[in-house]
Amino acid sequence: MTPDAATLAGPWLERAPLIARDWLVGWLPESLRWFASSLLAIAVLIGAFGLLFAYLTLAERKILGRIQNRPGPNRTGWAGLLQPFADGVKALTKEDVVPRAADKVLHTLAPVSLVALSLIGLAVIPFGRHLVAIELDAALLYFFAAGAATELSIFMAGWASRNKYSLLAAMRALAQLISYEVPLLLSVVPVVLLAGTLSTTEIVVAQGGWGFGFWPHWFALTPWGFSAFAVFMIAALAESNRSPFDLPEAESELIAGHLTEYSGFKYALFFMAEYFGMAALSAMAVTLFLGGWQAPAAFLEVIPSYAWFTFKLLGLLLGFIWIRATFPRLRIDQLTRLAWKFLVPIALINLGNAAFWSLSGSWTGFWLPLRWGISAALVVIPFLVLSRALYAGLGPRVYRYAPS
Amino acid sequence: MLGKGLLQGLAVTAKNLVGSFHDPARYTTQEYPEVKPTLPEAYRNFPFLVSESAEDPMGTLRCVACQICEKECPPQCIFIVMERDEKGKAMKRPKVFDIDTSVCMSCQICVEVCPFDAIKMDQVFEIATTDRFNALLLNREQLAKPNTYFQQIHPTEAAEVDARLAAERAAAEEKAKAAAAVKAAAIKAPPAPPPAKPSA
Repeated sequence: MTPDAATLAGPWLERAPLIARDWLVGWLPESLRWFASSLLAIAVLIGAFGLLFAYLTLAERKILGRIQNRPGPNRTGWAGLLQPFADGVKALTKEDVVPRAADKVLHTLAPVSLVALSLIGLAVIPFGRHLVAIELDAALLYFFAAGAATELSIFMAGWASRNKYSLLAAMRALAQLISYEVPLLLSVVPVVLLAGTLSTTEIVVAQGGWGFGFWPHWFALTPWGFSAFAVFMIAALAESNRSPFDLPEAESELIAGHLTEYSGFKYALFFMAEYFGMAALSAMAVTLFLGGWQAPAAFLEVIPSYAWFTFKLLGLLLGFIWIRATFPRLRIDQLTRLAWKFLVPIALINLGNAAFWSLSGSWTGFWLPLRWGISAALVVIPFLVLSRALYAGLGPRVYRYAPS
Repeated sequence: MLGKGLLQGLAVTAKNLVGSFHDPARYTTQEYPEVKPTLPEAYRNFPFLVSESAEDPMGTLRCVACQICEKECPPQCIFIVMERDEKGKAMKRPKVFDIDTSVCMSCQICVEVCPFDAIKMDQVFEIATTDRFNALLLNREQLAKPNTYFQQIHPTEAAEVDARLAAERAAAEEKAKAAAAVKAAAIKAPPAPPPAKPSA
C-alpha cells in the first residue's frame, strides 16, 4: 500500500488524491482502514477505466469518422457525448442468446473472466508519484501473467460455444496470442536489465532526470529502448486483438471468430475487455518506456505526475486508433511470419544491445557519441537486414490481366 | 525499406483527419434532416398533375381525362374517371384521378404519352408513411400542383413546355380570329340569290 499522505512531502496537488483517500477512510475505525483503502483503489480504478473505455469508444468512432470524411456519432447528447451510455443501454436490453448445446457455465464465465483478467493488470501500474494500487516486487511478472491468462478466456469462449467456427477461430487466436507473447516479453527484458528491478515503481524512478540537461532519461529515447518500444507496441497491438492484427474477431472473414455465439451484454463485455487490455498494455508501455509519470522537462513538473501519465496514456491510445484507421488486416501466415521471423530476432538482438548499453554506462567525452552510434547501428542494421529477408521472394505483385 | 509504406499510409489518414475540420472538399457530409440535399435538375420520380393556378387547382387542371396514361401505365397504377354532367356529356376533366405510389415505378411513360402536358414528374423522396394502404394512394387533390412549382423544380423543361403551349394558344387564337373574320364577312354580304331557273 502507498504511504499516508501526512508523511509525504511535495506540492499539494501531487498529494491531493492521497489526502482525499485518507480523509474518506478516516471516518472508519482503525482496523478497517486498510480494507477500505483497497476497496477505494479498486473502485477508482474501475470507475476511471470504465469511463475511459466509454469515451475511448466514442473517440474512436469520431476519429475513424473524421479520417473517413464523415462526422461520426453526433446525435446523442451534445455532439454525441451520451452515445456510450446509449450503447450500454442497448447492449443491456438486447436478448442474451445462449446456444442449447453450449456449456452454459463456461459460456457465461468466459467474458466475465476476460474482463477481470484484463483489469487486474492495472493494479501494479504507477499512475502517479504515489499512486499505485499495490506495490509488488515482481510487478512485471504479475502483469504479464495476468495478461497471458486472458488467452485462456478467449479459448474458453470458443470452446464453450460448442461451435466449430468458434473453436477453430479460438485456436487461431491462441496461435496469434502465444506467438506475440514472445516478442512482447523479450522487449521488456532489456528494461529489466537496465533498471535492475521488476518493480514498476522503481522502473519509473530509474527513468527520472535529464541527460545533457534536457534529454529525458526515458528508455524510449535511447536506441535500444526505441527498438524495444516499437516491438512492444506492435506486440501489444496483436495481444489486444487490435487492427491490423484483429484476426481473432475479424467480422468480415470469420463470422466474428470466438464471438460468434455471443450477444447482448456478454458481447459488450468482450468489447470492454479489449479496451481494458489495450489501456493496460498502453499504461505498461508508458511505465516501461515513456518514463511513466515523469515530466518531460524540469519546469513542467508543476503539472502533477498523474496528469503526465494520463497525457502519455491518451497519446498511445490515440495512436492505436490512428493505426486502426490506416492499416488493413494481416493474413494469419503474414501475422505469424512477422512475429517469428522479424519481431523475435529484433528483440533478441536488442537484448544484446541493451547489454552493451549497460556495460558502456561509464563512457564519457569522446566515447559518448560512440556509445550512441554503436547502439543505433545495432538497431538500424538488423532492422534493414531482417526487413529485406522478410520481403525476400515477395517481389512486386504482377497482375496478369490488369494493366500495370 | 520496411515501414515506408506504413508511414505514408499514416500520413494520408492524418491529413484526412486534419483536413476534415477545415477543408470542405474532404468533409462532404450533409446532415440530412437538417440540411436538405440540393437535387440535380434531372432528378425525377412520381408523377403529379399540373394545374394552371395555385388558388383553384381543381378548376384549372390541364388534364382532360383522356385516359391515355391510364392505358399506357405499365404497372397500371393510374385510375381515372371522367366527369360527366347530368345528361351524360363528357366534361373533359377528371372526377377521379388516383395514382397508387406503392405500385408506381417512376418510369415517366405517363409523361411521355400525355398530349396535353398535364402530368409531369415530381422531385419527392420523403414518401415514408405509417399507413401502407391509403396514405400511398394519392387522389387528384394530393396530385395537383401548380405550374409555378413545375417551373421551380424543372426550369428547362418547364420553359420549353410553356413556350410551346403559348405558341399553340396563339396559333389557336389566330385561327379562331381568321374563322371569325370569314364568318363575319359571310354575314355582311348576303348570299347571292340563286340563279333564276330557265322556265321550261
